[in-house]
Amino acid sequence: MDFDPVVLARIQFAANISFHILFPTITIGLAWILFFFRLRYTRTADEAWEYAYNFWVKIFALTFALGVVSGITMSFQFGTNWPGFMERVGNIAGPLLGYEVLTAFFLEASFLGIMLFGKQRVSNRVHLLASFLVAFGTSLSAFWILALNSWMQTPAGFVLEDGQFFAQSWSQIIFNPSFPYRLLHMLLASVLTSAFLIAGVSAWRTRRGVDGPATAKVMRVGVILAAVCIPLQVLVGDLHGLNTLEHQPQKIAAMEAIWETGEGAPFTIIGLPDEETRTTRLALEVPYAASLILTHELRGEVRGLDSFETHPPVLPLFLFFRVMLVTAGLMLLVSWCGAFNYWRGREPGPRLLAALSFMTFSGWVATLSGWYVTEIGRQPWIVQGLVGTAEVAADHPSATIAGTLFGYIGLYIFLLYSYVHALRYLSTKPARSLAMLPQRRSRDAQGLS
Amino acid sequence: MADFLPVFFVFAMGLSLLVYVVLDGFDLGIGMLLPLADEGDKNVMIASIGPFWDANETWIVMGVGVLLIAFPHAHGIVMTALYIPVTVMLFGLTLRGVAFDFRVKAGDDRRRLWNNAFFGGSLVASMAQGWMLGAYITGLDRSPTSYAFAVLIAVTLPALYVMLGGAWLMIKTEGELFERAVRWTRNALLPMGVGLLLVSIATPLVSERIAERWFTLPNAIGLMPIPVACAAAYLVIAWLLRRPDVLRGGYGHFVFYALVLICLMAALGLAYSIFPDIVLGRMTLFEAAAATSSLEFIFWGVAIILPLIGFYSAYVYRVFSGKATELSYD
Repeated sequence: MDFDPVVLARIQFAANISFHILFPTITIGLAWILFFFRLRYTRTADEAWEYAYNFWVKIFALTFALGVVSGITMSFQFGTNWPGFMERVGNIAGPLLGYEVLTAFFLEASFLGIMLFGKQRVSNRVHLLASFLVAFGTSLSAFWILALNSWMQTPAGFVLEDGQFFAQSWSQIIFNPSFPYRLLHMLLASVLTSAFLIAGVSAWRTRRGVDGPATAKVMRVGVILAAVCIPLQVLVGDLHGLNTLEHQPQKIAAMEAIWETGEGAPFTIIGLPDEETRTTRLALEVPYAASLILTHELRGEVRGLDSFETHPPVLPLFLFFRVMLVTAGLMLLVSWCGAFNYWRGREPGPRLLAALSFMTFSGWVATLSGWYVTEIGRQPWIVQGLVGTAEVAADHPSATIAGTLFGYIGLYIFLLYSYVHALRYLSTKPARSLAMLPQRRSRDAQGLS
Repeated sequence: MADFLPVFFVFAMGLSLLVYVVLDGFDLGIGMLLPLADEGDKNVMIASIGPFWDANETWIVMGVGVLLIAFPHAHGIVMTALYIPVTVMLFGLTLRGVAFDFRVKAGDDRRRLWNNAFFGGSLVASMAQGWMLGAYITGLDRSPTSYAFAVLIAVTLPALYVMLGGAWLMIKTEGELFERAVRWTRNALLPMGVGLLLVSIATPLVSERIAERWFTLPNAIGLMPIPVACAAAYLVIAWLLRRPDVLRGGYGHFVFYALVLICLMAALGLAYSIFPDIVLGRMTLFEAAAATSSLEFIFWGVAIILPLIGFYSAYVYRVFSGKATELSYD
């Protein structure tokens, strides 16, 4: 077989980073939710909050472990797959990654031990502090990695000498043009993902009749949190889009499959963009809408793909962007129906429970498709407009990369299956095991159970 | 500053990797000892490392991170050359890491599967790390002799980790498990000793440069403390392991300290052999270093935050000090 090693290296990195992002997306939001549960218990002494914490902290620990191991893989793949990247951009990327390890990784990993297993060994105040530091660490980690990612999209604060990047202003490098939008967008995505996860699992448990003493309360937190955050996310997403239009217009043109520059451009709701013929087949269009959305004028001029020397592949951007929008729409619908229901003073009925459990992993779908849009949208560059992806790839033989790629994909499918299976298992079982808590404590060593 | 910073960072990298070998070494060693224990003991063994393993593993990210941050030109060369062992190690670390949670959260019918994954992952990761170290010492050479040398370290390092794991259990457990830990550690002693001896003999044989450094006067005399300290530490361990009464009397942790001494001496010896190269015979650390402005920016972070990390790590170990019995989320 004769595959391009660059394509294989990209698929491998994409497989790994896609698998990885599933878990931090949950833990960043869930860490704050757990801290909230602990705070509520401390304030109100209502046992239900403690049950909620005890149940979800187990899922948090499992999710965190998967995030850690897949994250370590990533830190090595920067070097094994893209050695040229660090050689040319190392002066910029290195310190940002370094500060992530120094300020975030050690913090969350160290205090996680106390958060998970130290409740009987430290005071409530110290335990609260440990839970806070874990949550803070996960968010800080997102801060640094998104600073680097955003810099690769909208580079700033550097000078180029002989193909090498040198730092000129660290504040411009970190707070580069797309960074604030991307960071907010990702943090809100994490909160939404974990909100739908806790609401979905709670709904699933209620339908199955395996709910615990705090399930209804947790579902309420999830639904209300989602209902509050989704309109904010739509707003931030729109601002992020306008920022992209300013700095990476070719990405927007590809997302909307706008082939030619023109005034009063239509918005294509759905269709099949074809790069060979440079047309969109089976297009369903709304006249003037693209101009209206992007320039806020009916006859505003929108740059098409024809005005760029290079542009990212159109089909994946166009489709993934729509997957994200549809998922966001469903999230809005379900969470607002749920919130309206609570506002009327009712508990969710069977149809709402079904909808919530259907949406359990909706955050994953939206987050992944959003990331595919923004990352594929940077191609063929690894640093927008400055360093080509193919220039920095390692020259491993295709067979080597293909072999390890199959290994990784097999491992990830197995782990993902095991993760969802464990979620189901924990969701069914603890309702009973929680009730037996006091007896179990007296029994002999139980390991992590 | 331009000369000081690369040396500072190579020190930070070496220190991080040494801390990793000791801390995750005992985690991985306990993983390799797992099949020898019954289910109850397995739980206690894992409980003895449960609160720490994640932070322990972070030290390898730190070590490789410093290589990437401070020596980006070497990072690419090293990581490309070690592509296969790195991938194998990552598979091992992944399986070991998730097994901590899955073995108690995936249901009793799957517990055996995840116990095996814990063991297999630990073994594979340890051997791959040995392989990487071996390949690194030969300057990433691809000749058959170099491969043989890498294989030698790939079987020696797991023995050292098993020793560290056994010694950790002597600190953290009591009763029957303690006795078993003493036996396991005693059984691993000779393989580790022979392995280390062979590695010490083979290292100057595979690298002329290293031979030159060690066997010329007066350097050879100045270097004597390294082999002497290793031999002394080995004898102390051998003596202690034959006196279970002394070990039980509260001296169990001395086995651990003596092993740490051996690791430290090996690290010093390696540093002396290689300095100032970062890829042996190919690139010095000054050639590989990132721009001074970037190193300055991260220097303050390392200088201020690394001691802070040491401080709160010590606090976490203190919170979980004493004999390990059970891990509970409550």
